[in-house]
Amino acid sequence: MNSENAKGKTTFRDFLEKDAIQSVIAALLCIILGLFIGYIALLIINPSGATEAIVTILKNYFTYPSSSAAMKYLGNTLVKAAPLLMCALSIQFCYQTGLFNIGAAGQYVAGAGAALYCALSLRLNWSICLLAALLAGGIFGTVVGILKAYLNVNEVISGIMLNWIGLYTVNMLLMGVKETASPYTVTVSSVNPGALLPSLGLGSLFTNNKYVTIAIPLSILFAILIKILLSKTVFGYEIKATGIAREAARYSGMKEKRNVILSLFIGGALAGVGAAFLFLSGYEQWSVTQSSVPGMGFNGIAATFLGGLDPIGTVFASYFIQHITSGGSYLDKNIYPSQISDFISAIIIYLCGFVLFFKLHFGGFLKKRREKAAAAEGGENK
Amino acid sequence: MESSSEYAIEMLGITKRFPGIIANDNVTVQLRKGEIHALLGENGAGKSTLMSVLFGLYQAEEGIIKKDGREVTIKNPNDANDLGIGMVHQHFKLVQCFTVLDNIILGDETVKHGLLQKNVSRKKIVELSDRYGLKVDPDAVIEDITVGMQQRTEILKMLYRDNEILIFDEPTAVLTPAEIDELMKIMKNLAKEGKSILFISHKLAEIMAVADRCTVLRRGKCIGTVNIKDTNPNELSRMMVGRDVQLVAEKEESVPGEVILHVENLSVPSRLHHKNAVSNVSFDVRAGEIVCIAGIDGNGQTELVYGLSGLENCSSGKILLGGKDITNAPIRERSVSGMSHIPEDRHKHGLVMDYSLAYNLVLQRYFEAEFSTSAGFLKKAEINKYADRLIEAFDIRSGQGAPTIVRSMSGGNQQKAIIAREIDKNPDILLAVQPTRGLDVGAIERVHRDIIAHRDKGHAILLVSLELEEVMSLSDRILVMYEGEIVGEFDPKKTTPEELGLYMAGARRAAS
Repeated sequence: MNSENAKGKTTFRDFLEKDAIQSVIAALLCIILGLFIGYIALLIINPSGATEAIVTILKNYFTYPSSSAAMKYLGNTLVKAAPLLMCALSIQFCYQTGLFNIGAAGQYVAGAGAALYCALSLRLNWSICLLAALLAGGIFGTVVGILKAYLNVNEVISGIMLNWIGLYTVNMLLMGVKETASPYTVTVSSVNPGALLPSLGLGSLFTNNKYVTIAIPLSILFAILIKILLSKTVFGYEIKATGIAREAARYSGMKEKRNVILSLFIGGALAGVGAAFLFLSGYEQWSVTQSSVPGMGFNGIAATFLGGLDPIGTVFASYFIQHITSGGSYLDKNIYPSQISDFISAIIIYLCGFVLFFKLHFGGFLKKRREKAAAAEGGENK
Repeated sequence: MESSSEYAIEMLGITKRFPGIIANDNVTVQLRKGEIHALLGENGAGKSTLMSVLFGLYQAEEGIIKKDGREVTIKNPNDANDLGIGMVHQHFKLVQCFTVLDNIILGDETVKHGLLQKNVSRKKIVELSDRYGLKVDPDAVIEDITVGMQQRTEILKMLYRDNEILIFDEPTAVLTPAEIDELMKIMKNLAKEGKSILFISHKLAEIMAVADRCTVLRRGKCIGTVNIKDTNPNELSRMMVGRDVQLVAEKEESVPGEVILHVENLSVPSRLHHKNAVSNVSFDVRAGEIVCIAGIDGNGQTELVYGLSGLENCSSGKILLGGKDITNAPIRERSVSGMSHIPEDRHKHGLVMDYSLAYNLVLQRYFEAEFSTSAGFLKKAEINKYADRLIEAFDIRSGQGAPTIVRSMSGGNQQKAIIAREIDKNPDILLAVQPTRGLDVGAIERVHRDIIAHRDKGHAILLVSLELEEVMSLSDRILVMYEGEIVGEFDPKKTTPEELGLYMAGARRAAS
């Protein structure tokens, strides 16, 4: 690529100039800063327990002294990281097409509704439930896509509105399968164990954690697939061209409207499957009285930016965000509100814009240094 | 410092390096007070870099800048502004939805008690526009006015700030012939009023017409400064390119064959108003001929090409490509059926600016079996190989070759990439809209040769050009468009630019 590499010398500076490395450095900086600001907040709320609290958040399942218990709760964190990763991939995929899919939250809800309805009302097998979630999420995405492609309706507006439409539709849909004494849907394991995602023995790796299923490896597989799709295929070439330069895509004869719709369908399907990954593991039940859109889709935005807009980076970012979110639940509730970890991840999200900022400025800084060095070198040669 | 006042600005021994390239190598330019000093050079010769150094956008590694004989440091555009240096950029920097007046005062507003004093500003602007003959309507909104008027707004912006040194960065690239004449007059006026002008261009005719002296750059080096009085276009182009250049394309007599493109009663709607931009146009383009659509910008040429290429739906009429009806065919179908299109707006249509050069070179062909597998994967090795071949064959210059992001390339080389892509597709009909816009003489010569070679292979070419010189030298047949209609057909050997001009301006039309 550059002259120094050509000579076979790879300096530390070359290493730092690599895009991926800069993303990682920026993400780490962002995490450290986020934790630091979170720590300050903890200090303000209660100075004496702050250090212990931040350590608890970071330790998450390591709080448990026995390694078997720690493994079990690592499993729980992973169970929730998988749907988060799917939502992050959804947002990322659409972002490549130049679309900000804030509707991932609603597509996630639609997927949850479809999966649970098929599992609890129709008593179908897990594979059908998964497919239903995929389609439901995909259809929600498609609606946004059609509005965008043909009527140029801003995808953020239509996405947010569909979030709410989705939430209340799903609440109504699942009213029939809720427990009589609570607002929660009946458990999948009690009504239709066949709808639970198979574990394939994965649970035994995590001290027999029954919630650990194929969802976890599948979500990572999806990340790899998206990575390949975007960087290696004709479809990815078209999708990205449409995202970066819609008119140029049209000029070259790409069906740019179809690409917009298709990319939102795929985005929606990813979020829908993410929901199925959570609810078909039996880890959570849906509350039909909830009046706020689940945060999973929104946290996906954080994960995707923290992951430097790269599917593989997003795998780690999703895990991290879920790690501190789970860690937050171990805090002493008498002193700190459990939302403190939401607060920290919110700050990290806020700082995520910094990832891009950092890449821009640090990259620019390195370039300047290189120019100066090149200038000095050139001067000596003369 | 006895004669320090002879020069308004001096750039002495400027050297600016970028990784892998020396953009300016010990370049010296001295601008006398009240003169128009042209800066001539090919694309990528270092003109823009040099001006960016003067304007404080880059810092030179070596060399000094003197203003009125005193050494100055220019760290950023604000410093440049304080020294009275103003610049009209090639791509205007105007707020589209603001009025002319608002744009001129932006950043230098007259304020009293925190309130804008637009009347004071207006008076100053009207005075300036009278004094220098810059006709503008201060209350017109930028997006509604012509490119020429937008440029006059940019010039007024500099004058409003009392700039003494005016830099024009390829100001004629976007103008119509009439607007160019107007601009030339304005520039002479400005010089007469004591302003010193640096005029960046690669158009020899304009430099000959307006400049007093000319400094020529080639590949970052200063070739020399000459008095325009003592030189001629051939000498200038030799200095610029480093060899003799044919300024007029040489070609054999055309041998028209069968009809490739048949256009019948075609009408294309306008995006600006509810009428047709192209109305009831009929013509044929035959194999082995270059048909040129001449006309002043905005007379329906753009829309005609949009209609032919499929970027816009036609409202009525018929288009046949090799006998096949493609009137309502999608863009991709036209492209695979043998149509290539060098678009007018290379940034909007021609290129995916954030893609690599290699990716852009396969923009029309990425789906072909040569570049993608049946499973839908891109064959990156093949794409790079193909790109390397085109880069070599068409002399496309870029920082890192095939992986270079197109946005970072110079405008001329971006254009070369498009031309390479479209001609190498070996189309039956090539729609070329202003293919040499923004290119220097060396590259223009090259493009003209490529187009003629394509014709000689027995293909049809429909050329849309605003430059009469190009029209006269390249075409085998000329169609003049005026207000959406074809008002005359000419043989370039039997007509004159003056006659064409009359038809282009609508003063005359052929009996139909």
